[in-house]
Amino acid sequence: MAGIAVSTTINGDTIEYLCQPDETLLDVLRDRLGLTGAKEGCGTGDCGACSIILDNRLVCSCLVLGAEAEGRRIETVEGMAHGDQLHTLQQKFLEHAALQCGICTPGFLIAAKDLLAKNPDPTEEEIRFGLAGNLCRCTGYDKIVRAVQDAAIVMKGA
Amino acid sequence: MRYIRPLSIEDAVGQLARSAGTAAILAGGSDLLVRMKGGFVEPDLIVDIKSIAGLSEIRETADGFSIGAAVPCAVLGENAGLKKAWPGVVEAAKLIGSKQVQGRCTITGNLCNASPAADSVPALVAAGARAVIAGPSGKRTIAVEAVPTGPGKTSLAKGEIIEAILLDKRSPRSGDAYLRFIPRTEMDIAVVSAGVNLTIDEHGVVTAARVALGAAAPTVLLVEEAAEALVGRKLDEAALERLAKVCAGACRPIDDKRGTIEFRRKVAGVLARRAATTAYARAGGK
Repeated sequence: MAGIAVSTTINGDTIEYLCQPDETLLDVLRDRLGLTGAKEGCGTGDCGACSIILDNRLVCSCLVLGAEAEGRRIETVEGMAHGDQLHTLQQKFLEHAALQCGICTPGFLIAAKDLLAKNPDPTEEEIRFGLAGNLCRCTGYDKIVRAVQDAAIVMKGA
Repeated sequence: MRYIRPLSIEDAVGQLARSAGTAAILAGGSDLLVRMKGGFVEPDLIVDIKSIAGLSEIRETADGFSIGAAVPCAVLGENAGLKKAWPGVVEAAKLIGSKQVQGRCTITGNLCNASPAADSVPALVAAGARAVIAGPSGKRTIAVEAVPTGPGKTSLAKGEIIEAILLDKRSPRSGDAYLRFIPRTEMDIAVVSAGVNLTIDEHGVVTAARVALGAAAPTVLLVEEAAEALVGRKLDEAALERLAKVCAGACRPIDDKRGTIEFRRKVAGVLARRAATTAYARAGGK
């Protein structure tokens, strides 16, 4: 089967691929394009490990078909750092030890990036609600919230 | 399996009407893709309606609002005019799933998925919302409560697509509200829920009301006796007591691990009371 030809923009680059009609964008990113930052946790939109930004909206890439990405703009965790220069959120996650096993981390980073883009000065409650679609089974969330708070302070000053 | 992205509603209707086998309409996909993943449905044809002109827009008209079938719930929350006119509908839509799901899910999808626990549906029913349906024999408009016929089942015929949900222009001194019970604060499905929409006169007397309950029966319940309990009086303790009693009595809930019949009945009454109180305050009642 040849598949559906899709042309899309991922982290600023024009990307073309072929996919099957029932293939999720998550599977396309990971298995066809080698972008393995987005993780498959549940595959049903509950855990947020596959979070990406699609045309400025935070979405679960497991709930998007690869075919739907035609002409859209996608941001993944791979686009956050500039070369060796980590994004402030990535740096703060390291400093605050806001990760243990790391499976949920790319999803949290993308969700936090989207949160701070829309609300640069969130309260702790807004951060907790804003990240409620991302599950972490290691950290107990507290260090993640601290890292995002600290990143918000640095990013506001930038 | 075929995936198509028609540019017109006529083309989408035609493709659906001509399709052999199972066809599915894709807007946000937050129900469809989960069902596909779980192996519960394997469509031969997926019709993505997001490229159809107008379906991704909220239009404010002289008659009210028209919410396109492909508008994600997140966009409802960003529309100041809609939030001001129909805060209960917007707060219900904003309760569906996480922020990630909000970026995709739609109220039309919530309606067509036909879950008895759908959060936006009781609020839409209370609001008197209507669904504009395009089909092989033209367009028709029906009350939203006529869409779901049972868990997972709708009254839509083959080839029919809901293209928009209509909400009336707000009359003065009106308010609506939606509340649900879940055992946690976020990311859950209603154990039971209530939507109330009412209009009052300059003395604070209720002149019109609609009360709807969710997760209390196989489909959303429009409780007409509950509206009768409110109309013609101020929202005093006696009216609220009567409202709660009528709502508890109208429920035909299931007994499961998320809530017993007795619990759901009682909470339906409590939520209707609280939603009515909020709707009354939003209408300017004191």
